[in-house]
Amino acid sequence: MAVTQATAAPSAIGSGLVSALSTIAVTLVVMAAGLAASIVLAVLAYALIMAILPDSKLLGAVIVMFLGVAACFGYFWSANKLLDTFYPARGANIAANLTKANAIRPWLFLGPAIIVLGLYLVYPVFNSVVLSFHGPTGQEWVGTYNYRWLAQDPAFRESMRNNILWLIVVPAAATFFGLIAAALTDRIAWGNIAKSLIFMPMAISFVGASVIWKFIYDYRPEGAEQIGLLNAIVTAFGGAPQAWLTVPFWNNFFLMVVLIWIQTGFAMVILSAALRGIPEETIEAAVIDGASPFQIFYKIKVPQIWGTIAVVWTTITILVLKVFDIVLAMTNGQWGTQVLANYMFDWMFRGLDFGRASTIALVIMIMVVPIMIWNIREVRKDVR
Amino acid sequence: MSTGVGARPALTWAVHLSVLFLVAVWTTPTLGILVSSFRDKDQIVVSGWWTSFFPTEQNIVARAAPPEEAVEQDGQWVITGNVFEGGSGTVSAFGTSIQRPKEFEPGTTAETRDGQTITVQKNGDYVITYPEQPEGRRGERLFVTTLEPPKFTLANYNTVLFSEGIGQSFINTLTVTIPATVIPILIAAYAAYALSWMRFPGRALLLATVVGLLVVPLQMALIPLLRLYNGVGIGKSFIGIWLAHTGFGLPLAIYLLRNYIAGLPREIIESARVDGATDFDIFRKIILPLSFPALASFAIFQFLWVWNDLLVATVFLGNNEEQLVLTGRLRELLGSRGGNWEILSTSAFVAIVVPIIVFFALQRYLVRGLLAGSVKGG
Repeated sequence: MAVTQATAAPSAIGSGLVSALSTIAVTLVVMAAGLAASIVLAVLAYALIMAILPDSKLLGAVIVMFLGVAACFGYFWSANKLLDTFYPARGANIAANLTKANAIRPWLFLGPAIIVLGLYLVYPVFNSVVLSFHGPTGQEWVGTYNYRWLAQDPAFRESMRNNILWLIVVPAAATFFGLIAAALTDRIAWGNIAKSLIFMPMAISFVGASVIWKFIYDYRPEGAEQIGLLNAIVTAFGGAPQAWLTVPFWNNFFLMVVLIWIQTGFAMVILSAALRGIPEETIEAAVIDGASPFQIFYKIKVPQIWGTIAVVWTTITILVLKVFDIVLAMTNGQWGTQVLANYMFDWMFRGLDFGRASTIALVIMIMVVPIMIWNIREVRKDVR
Repeated sequence: MSTGVGARPALTWAVHLSVLFLVAVWTTPTLGILVSSFRDKDQIVVSGWWTSFFPTEQNIVARAAPPEEAVEQDGQWVITGNVFEGGSGTVSAFGTSIQRPKEFEPGTTAETRDGQTITVQKNGDYVITYPEQPEGRRGERLFVTTLEPPKFTLANYNTVLFSEGIGQSFINTLTVTIPATVIPILIAAYAAYALSWMRFPGRALLLATVVGLLVVPLQMALIPLLRLYNGVGIGKSFIGIWLAHTGFGLPLAIYLLRNYIAGLPREIIESARVDGATDFDIFRKIILPLSFPALASFAIFQFLWVWNDLLVATVFLGNNEEQLVLTGRLRELLGSRGGNWEILSTSAFVAIVVPIIVFFALQRYLVRGLLAGSVKGG
């Protein structure tokens, strides 16, 4: 610490470069010191508590939980405190000290976020690119082998085909049902209760939803009592029961139903807010002109919320690209239902080929990029 | 918002009915699991859950006591007993041949060709009389149609929580979820404040990066992080998964909170600065309390996301008793107990009940967060 203070002192009068370098140095030192202090304290506290208290797993977990959060808070507090000690807001150089401290403080606040984002999201993108040129263990260089393999892999083609089907059907259906639900529930007294109930599947995990829907698709041989709702309905109308999840091609749609069921509520909530934001005058004018409720909806209201529809659509699209749990839990990609995310998981966990899995992950990433660029442009417009 | 619909009753009715239909379609699947989780495990496999509120008709084949147990009474040989063999139920019809299992009303007497008489009462008691001493080891077959009353039980919950390991998984999920929800909030709140109210070079670029990272697919991050964790020695631990969830939730957290914090009135912050408050004080005493709604919105998102996550937990946590979370356990049960719907439905319900409670209790904040995150540009 004495060293940094020594370098910091001349920088107050020094040239631009020296000053910038010293600022960065002080920032890093303060951040590291804050981080180290909070972690050391947390670990010490943990050791102390565990030495006193009886050995219990649950208790240990609770304490780790608590200390983890405390260490996090401790960083911000101690880093901020250290900065104030380095550059006290009093004494002879108060003005220079304040300027210095104000230049550094944002980075202290941003520090953990930048480190975590960099480590968990930015670094993996680059590392995945590197890994995609390597073999199963990520050690030996294989050039473009993984890409060539992917191009002729039939399972990959199947996954691509299914992903495209999902990309077309799920956002369209969820947005459509969401729009209908929003338009209808806004007109009735018990609309809010109806909304809550349609929105509820959003809280259910994909695996939970898979269990729920697998029960609906449950199949018993013909003649036996059907306990799956879908087959019960089909047999009640005189049809033959089906093992829905094994019907080639169409089983994809039975899986999509699960995601549509979950996402419709999301679309409904957002579109309902947008519908309510439409200026009354445009609707009143249409009513006076004698437009029917259907005309008002399709010709007046929907065109005014295109922007929101696009947002809902893209949000669901991103989710669809990552869909994994539903396929894993319901069919595990059998019977022609493979999708990219599950295929990637397959190669990572069962194939144990990090190179191929990274290549598949990159394909998912590339499909997301257009939406990413569009989002960034929208936000920059907003900020300006 | 009246658009003239109220004036046309037929249309109003159509709206009510359509909404009713939508609600029914959207809630029935969950209801099926909920009802099944309380049903008797033998009933689940023989009848659909929608029939469980009514008495179910069941055909059973009971075998009467063997003829050698017949006792002589008034010159006849009589066998008595109960078709339910210790159980209970209500007989609605009985028969003596497989072709006509519903031939006789309970309480009436059926006569067979060789002179036997058979009577089955409503409560299942039967009396068989033979004109002379019967022989043979095997008892008479009785075809009985019964009405089983709806049977609901908590037995499935008992099984699932204490012997299928769902109870332990529940605790594991909690251990993962709570820090993974709190840590990103803290980190993101400081970052969001810096991005909204502090001046420094590169602010716009950082913000754009955060928005870009919002949509980076998780799949990208798994392998590099797995290798990194193994290299550093974190391996499969709770610390590792907390940090992973923190990283994956952070872009949304920063984005949501920045939108909210940047919209707070400038005067409050400026006047606090004039009064000599430091940024740290402003953040702690003004920003944090004021942005409670946004913090709550994100907390709910992150809570639901972490609780419901399967992918991250599968990759960064082990498959053992101490680390398997609810979603992972559910997936395992789907594989190993695929046909045991009493186990599956009950486990599924245990896994979804907490998010559903959180959802209904805090829906207001969730909706607000969704709107802030999507309508404004994102």
